[in-house]
Amino acid sequence: MKTKRHGAVVGLIAAGALLLTACGSDNNTPGAGGTSPNASAPGVDVECGGKAKLNAEGSSAQKNAIDTFIQAYQQKCAGADLAYNPSGSGGGVKNFNAGQVDFGGTDSPLSKDKGEVEAAAKRCATNPAWHLPLVFGPVAVGFKLDGVQDLVLNGEVTAKIFNGAVKKWNDPAIAALNSGATLPDKDIKVVYRSDESGTTDNFQKYLKIASKGAWTQGDGKQFKGGVGEGKEKSAGVAQAAASVDGAVTYVELSFAQDNKLSIAKIDAGQGAVELTSETVGKAIDGAKIKGEGNDLVLDLDSIYGTTTAGAYPLLLATYEIVCSKGYDADTAKAVKAFLTVAATDGQAGLADAGYAPVPKAFQDKLLTAIKAIA
Amino acid sequence: MNDRIVAKRPAGTGDAGAREGVPAARPATEAPIPPTTEADQNAPHVRPGDRIFRGLATGSGIFIVVLIGAIGLFLLLQAIPSLALDQVSFLTSREWSTGDVNNMRFGILDLLLVTVVSSAFALLIAMPIALGIALFLTQYAPRKLSRPFAYVIDLLSAVPSIIYGLWGLLVLAPVLTPVGEWLTDVLGWFPLFAEGNVSIELGGTIFTAGVVLAVMILPIITAVSREVFDRTPPAHIEGAIALGATKWEVVRTTVLPFGKAGYVSASMLGLGRALGETIALMIILSATNAAFGWSLFDGGATFASKIALAAPEFNDPRSAGAYIAAGLVLFVLTFVVNAIARSIVAGHKEYE
Repeated sequence: MKTKRHGAVVGLIAAGALLLTACGSDNNTPGAGGTSPNASAPGVDVECGGKAKLNAEGSSAQKNAIDTFIQAYQQKCAGADLAYNPSGSGGGVKNFNAGQVDFGGTDSPLSKDKGEVEAAAKRCATNPAWHLPLVFGPVAVGFKLDGVQDLVLNGEVTAKIFNGAVKKWNDPAIAALNSGATLPDKDIKVVYRSDESGTTDNFQKYLKIASKGAWTQGDGKQFKGGVGEGKEKSAGVAQAAASVDGAVTYVELSFAQDNKLSIAKIDAGQGAVELTSETVGKAIDGAKIKGEGNDLVLDLDSIYGTTTAGAYPLLLATYEIVCSKGYDADTAKAVKAFLTVAATDGQAGLADAGYAPVPKAFQDKLLTAIKAIA
Repeated sequence: MNDRIVAKRPAGTGDAGAREGVPAARPATEAPIPPTTEADQNAPHVRPGDRIFRGLATGSGIFIVVLIGAIGLFLLLQAIPSLALDQVSFLTSREWSTGDVNNMRFGILDLLLVTVVSSAFALLIAMPIALGIALFLTQYAPRKLSRPFAYVIDLLSAVPSIIYGLWGLLVLAPVLTPVGEWLTDVLGWFPLFAEGNVSIELGGTIFTAGVVLAVMILPIITAVSREVFDRTPPAHIEGAIALGATKWEVVRTTVLPFGKAGYVSASMLGLGRALGETIALMIILSATNAAFGWSLFDGGATFASKIALAAPEFNDPRSAGAYIAAGLVLFVLTFVVNAIARSIVAGHKEYE
């Protein structure tokens, strides 16, 4: 089964590559299209070499994705390695800015108010640091309700469930979105993350943007809904939700699947959307870039507030923070090689690790940016 | 940026202060030396081994005192800038929100109550059981059996606390669910057994946590009590037997009075461990936004588990300082518990 899925992904990328090279050869030098690095994903030239062992640190949400990237990196570049310390986004930014690590991983972009942007520029020898969103993790609204497998929610109702305005599963607000389903008269048991986490932060940001004002609690790494009970880490949350009838939680897709939670579809106004690689890819494709040029800071409003039909809006976007310039030649070469592998071959294994691979068009933006690192 | 530098600075001075503390402390301890030099004049000479050993022992003593003082000082200095930013009362508030450094609202009341109640509940379960085991091992069990039996109990303390946590949540909690439901049904009128602010079904209650803690502190209390009971002077026991006492009367009239102080201090040692237990409670206890209502079926967090939950995402010294302040309270709490234990032991000198 796994090989089949891999096969499908590789096939898709190959097909996409063919399509793009076909386009590319129209307006570029004919015949050279096939070798153009940012046109074909599997055939992208990775210039291995440089520093043998890179150091990176940051977001723990990226940990499994980076592990996948490292595997792909080592396959592609013999003898190359990267050590990733998942100490949290704050630690990643701090140690990147201090020049301790070659790049940082973070769940939220560098903050201008906290002086992080400035500090990063200083670290990069007065060149701006770039944000590269390489890892996207879909977040599922997972629930366990005997007799109900399919459930449609929207931002507003989700917000009301998680701040206690909706207390019963057969509440008219839920029933209105699920005509035809028989909803039981049971209490909704909200389970949230008791530790501080980027998942909670992104979930609350989503509710803030998508709930049409129903979520007034704000965002942040601590859950602020005021209802339910908290469990530790994704594993604890998913396990707890799966063990009680009537429970609902927000958790990364892979944990929801592992614990056999039912996953709610989200209706952002264009019909119910199921959580799949394609629907998440659509949301990523629709994302607007806030940053300038190759600094790919995402405008989260455009993802969370998406009105594109068939796009699943609830996802966790995480960045790698890299120097645009200012690395020594050795480091630059290795960083570019690693990121190139991460944006191409590395993405193939992401679905199995519970993340969403970036869609083709977005991948090209990433590769352009990576190529421009000097 | 400026704030951060300011927040850092006290830490530096704190370290320096602690370092200065070492040489400052040394001359003070040399004060008792003159009397011994007088003794030197009387005795022909002091063996160098004697002098070296005394130096090492004194050094160790000073080292640990300075170390603990430095910990206390460090916690205090790190906590002060955050405490100054606290918008609510640190000691009496139940809120805990440190994400926004411009509006930090944190108080330790619930943390303190949950910590104390869960540890006290654990002690309540563990103390009688440990007493029974220790008496069995020293008075009733055949010699051949008591050694291996003691090893098995000591093994309990070698189990990592994360294992206790997972066992408590995944194995023990479902078993305790019917017990908890029965207690809330039948004895729900009593505040301790009232329905709590988390679901009993999920098992993340102080009740579950207390039972797991009891298992965790059992080996410590048992091991120390066993040693103490074992040292009951044989003359006392033989005397009691000669007077016609039964086994139970021997235990009641000689072993228990002799070992009481040791048993109490063993329990306090166990309590200290329960107060500071982190990982197991982090896994078991459900967090909640509701206030602690004096029920064993409430959720919440202890000092240590709260700190452990937040530690991976510390990125601002000011919000980290809030947790350090909580750690300082735990430090003081443990200190007080130990002081009480010492005074109890000191009050029972008559058998020495």
